[in-house]
Order: sequence, then structure tokens, then C-alpha cells
Amino acid sequence: MLKPRYSIFSLARNAMNYHKDWERAWRSPNPKAEYDAVIVGAGGHGLATAYYLAKNHGMRNIAVVEKGWLGGGNTGRNTTIIRSNYLQDPSIAIYELARSLYEGLSQELNYNMMFSPRGVLMLCQTQHELRAFQRTAHANRLAGLDCRMVTPAEVKQIVPIINDDPNCRYPILGAYYQPRGGTGRHDAVAWGYARGADDMGVDIIQNCEVTGIQREGGKVVGLETTRGVIKTKKVGVVTAGNVSTVMDMAGIRMPIESLCLQALVSEPIKPVIDCVVMANTVHGYMSQSDKGELVIGGGTDPYNNYSQRGSFPALEHTINALIETFPIISRLRMLRQWGGIVDMTGDRSPIIGKTPVDGLFVNCGWGTGGFKAIPGSGWVFADTIANDRPHKIAEAFTMDRFTEGRFIDESVAAAVAH
Amino acid sequence: MLLVTCPICGAEGDETDFHFGGQAHIARPATTNPEGITDAQQREYLFTRINPKGLHFERARCDRGCGKWFHIARDTMTMEIKAYYGVTELPPPDIIAQAKGGWAELFAERTAHAKKTK
Repeated sequence: MLKPRYSIFSLARNAMNYHKDWERAWRSPNPKAEYDAVIVGAGGHGLATAYYLAKNHGMRNIAVVEKGWLGGGNTGRNTTIIRSNYLQDPSIAIYELARSLYEGLSQELNYNMMFSPRGVLMLCQTQHELRAFQRTAHANRLAGLDCRMVTPAEVKQIVPIINDDPNCRYPILGAYYQPRGGTGRHDAVAWGYARGADDMGVDIIQNCEVTGIQREGGKVVGLETTRGVIKTKKVGVVTAGNVSTVMDMAGIRMPIESLCLQALVSEPIKPVIDCVVMANTVHGYMSQSDKGELVIGGGTDPYNNYSQRGSFPALEHTINALIETFPIISRLRMLRQWGGIVDMTGDRSPIIGKTPVDGLFVNCGWGTGGFKAIPGSGWVFADTIANDRPHKIAEAFTMDRFTEGRFIDESVAAAVAH
Repeated sequence: MLLVTCPICGAEGDETDFHFGGQAHIARPATTNPEGITDAQQREYLFTRINPKGLHFERARCDRGCGKWFHIARDTMTMEIKAYYGVTELPPPDIIAQAKGGWAELFAERTAHAKKTK
């Protein structure tokens, strides 16, 4: 079953044959009649969950079902930013677990994630924002995170193309800097986890939409899919924007609203910026891809939306903000734009854990920032499913928090209108 | 992009001329029964949302016209606006008939309640 490893030698060997003999990175099996556990959704989080279920918990008879194609949802529709500078302790724990796992992931999976810890700079453009980020920096340092505040002069040094005019509407008053944050290759994260999971015998079944969740006596017994019934006692739902519709099948209404979040890239240009810059007050963030495109993201559309398209006002708002911050980009052309459906919870933190139905687990609500969390999310969710109780890091993220009033309020902490 | 017409003052505009207020028809349990509400009911009221792919009912405010709130029946896949109606009203009967899932349950409950109180 073990696949040959990718290396400089395998590259050379295949080059001799005009790259015609590369093996498929994962199989396309037909669904078996029964599995020990089934993950719904083959995005980054779902595939990571399956991978760690197999690797950390020794579960081999498991499957991932996906209605479209692998990595075709939000994993392929984001701005690839990786950081862990959240304010609340539970958030720091899970995002930092993810960020640190990203550091060794290419080696572990033998698949190049292109994790590039180029640094993440979060601008402070109002007094309020400056103080909010100072507070975050202190909280992060107490939690052992590598980060610091930098002065406007240092910001100019790190990002020379930035507009440092102190008389503009939102001048740079400083910035929060996480030097070990950065970007990764979003598709490769899904593909690497898929290949790794497949290697250990996980069935990844694409074009297989879940149409019903079978229950008996308050317990999950199987899934109805467009490729037949699959019996299983454990189901992990990891369907990002569509989680409300899937959980409706089990009669569970979620504290979730689905919104469209857009991003865009410019035409490719020479390297002009070698870190990630986030400007939360004016609401835009930008980095440069390895191809030279400026990768730009902003806020969500203001209304419920499942269309994966989004509308122009949100883009215009983002671009206005970034042109003021980076005047040299004003004449670039937009190469392409896309939208992803993000699931927003009331406190803008994810929901990970058990549900009122026995054997049904859910991992959702990552809102506008799920990509950075993929390895950590998969790690704790796999542990939660395997042991039928929340992983220590996931304990704070259960659905009960909305009844008990113990929120992990990152929408306030981030000082940005998510 | 949504093109919206205010049903109250008739102002026409795109989505930036209006403020969207999320799901409509959320009843505050403490209004009718302040002593007897449970934590679960309070959670339902504050956070749990009907979030369908398809017909959805939501609130909007006419920001650059009369400033009044109103309701919209809209499809979250096609973005088609099917009806506008007042903040104290239920949607037109033909739109209610198309509602599914959580919305169908909610409207069935509300219509039964309205009949009883008449």
C-alpha cells in the first residue's frame, strides 16, 4: 500500500520518462457497506481529521465523503494566511497548535505545503486598535507565543511600500508582528493530507453527497448518500459553510449563519512585499504569492448567502482601503476574484465537539479564518471522535457554551467587523 | 449584488443603501414569559438561526431613505428577492407555502397562534 516517497531522485527518475509514470496520489474507491467512522466533507479540516484518526488513533476502517471534489470548498477559496495571534487562551491554544504543526507538515507528509513563515504584520491605525493589539501582544507573550509590537518606523522597514504619511486618514501608529506566521499552499494542504490518509487506508469518496443521517434511539447508525447507504456508528461533520443544512438532517439547529467572504488576486508583478499585512480598521489584508500575484482579502457580504460568488461593494471597500495603505498598487488590474461560504457563530469562534445525537460530532464555525487552523483542528477533532469526549484543547469550543454563556469572543478581540 | 426597493418609502438602491439585520421573526421568549424561560430558550433566541440554502426571511433597514425596518423574503442561492413585507407581518401566503424545514415549522406555529388569538 505504501506509496513511493517524493524526492529529488523520484523527480529525476520521472523526468526521464516525461513525467508520464507518476502514481495517483490517492485512490478513488467505491464506498464500503460499513465503516468505523465517516467524516463528511473532504476539505482541509475533514482530511486532516481522517489523517490523524488513522495516524494518532490507529483507526483504519474509515472514510471521508465529499459532495464535490476534494479541497474544492473553502480550502481552495482563502488567502492562505497562517497565524495564531488571537486574544483568548482557548483560541491561542488551538491556533498555535495548528501553526506549530504546519512547521513540520511538509516533512511529515512528504508533500510540499510551501509553508512560508514570512511574518504577519497587523497594523494599528487608530488609538483604540493600538491599545487592543498591545493587549493581545501581552496575552500572547504570556501564552508563550513569539510576537512583539513594532513602531511605525519598523513597519516602514518591514514593508517599504506602505504609505507612512502621518497625515492620512488612518495613519500607521504601530503594528503587532508575529514573525513566525506566514502563508502556505492551500491546495497542497488538502492534497498532502489526502495522500497521507489514503496511504493509511482511508477511503476518500468524492462526488458522494450526504442526503440523510440515519438514527436509532438517539444514536447515529448510518448515512444516506447519493452513492448508497453507508453504515457507521461515528460521523464527523466538517462541512464549513454548509453545516446548517447537514445538521438539519439530524434535527439539530446550529448557532450558525452562512455568509460569503471574498478574495481576489492582482495580475502578477515582481516581488514588492515579503510578509503578510493585515489592516483591520480599514479592513483589508494582503500578501504576495510565489507567482507574484497580490493576494487580497476583506470582509464578508452583509447577508446570508450560499452562492460562492459575492458582490462588488465588499470588494470595492477592501480595495479602497488597500489603495490608501499601499498607493503603488492603485493601477494594478484584478486577475480573478472568488467567494467562499463561511459559517459564522455568535462569538466568531469555532464549534468542535459532540452533539445531542450520540455518535454525531461536528467541527464548524471557523468563520473567516479556518485555513490557518487545519492541522490543529484535525488533531483535536480526531481525538474527540476516537475517544468520544472533547480533546483538552477542544473543551472550550463545545456547543454548550452558547447555553452556559462562556463565550470565546474573538469578534470583539479581533477589533474587526468579521 | 442585491437591488432592493424599500416597501415603505419606495427608495431604490443596492445593498450598500440598506442595512441587513439577519434572520427575521425571532420572538424574544422573555417578552411573553419572563420568569419561565430556560437557558436553552435564551440560547435559541440569541444564537440559533434558521440558515437555509434557498428561501430565507430576513430584516433590512432603509438606511438612505426613510430609516425604517422591513422584512425581505429572499433565496440565498439565487439572490432573488421574492417579497417585501412589514416588520409586524407574516410573509404573503403564497410565499409561506414555499417555505421549507425550520421556516415551515415556524410559520405553521405563528399562523395557528394568530388564528387562536382572533
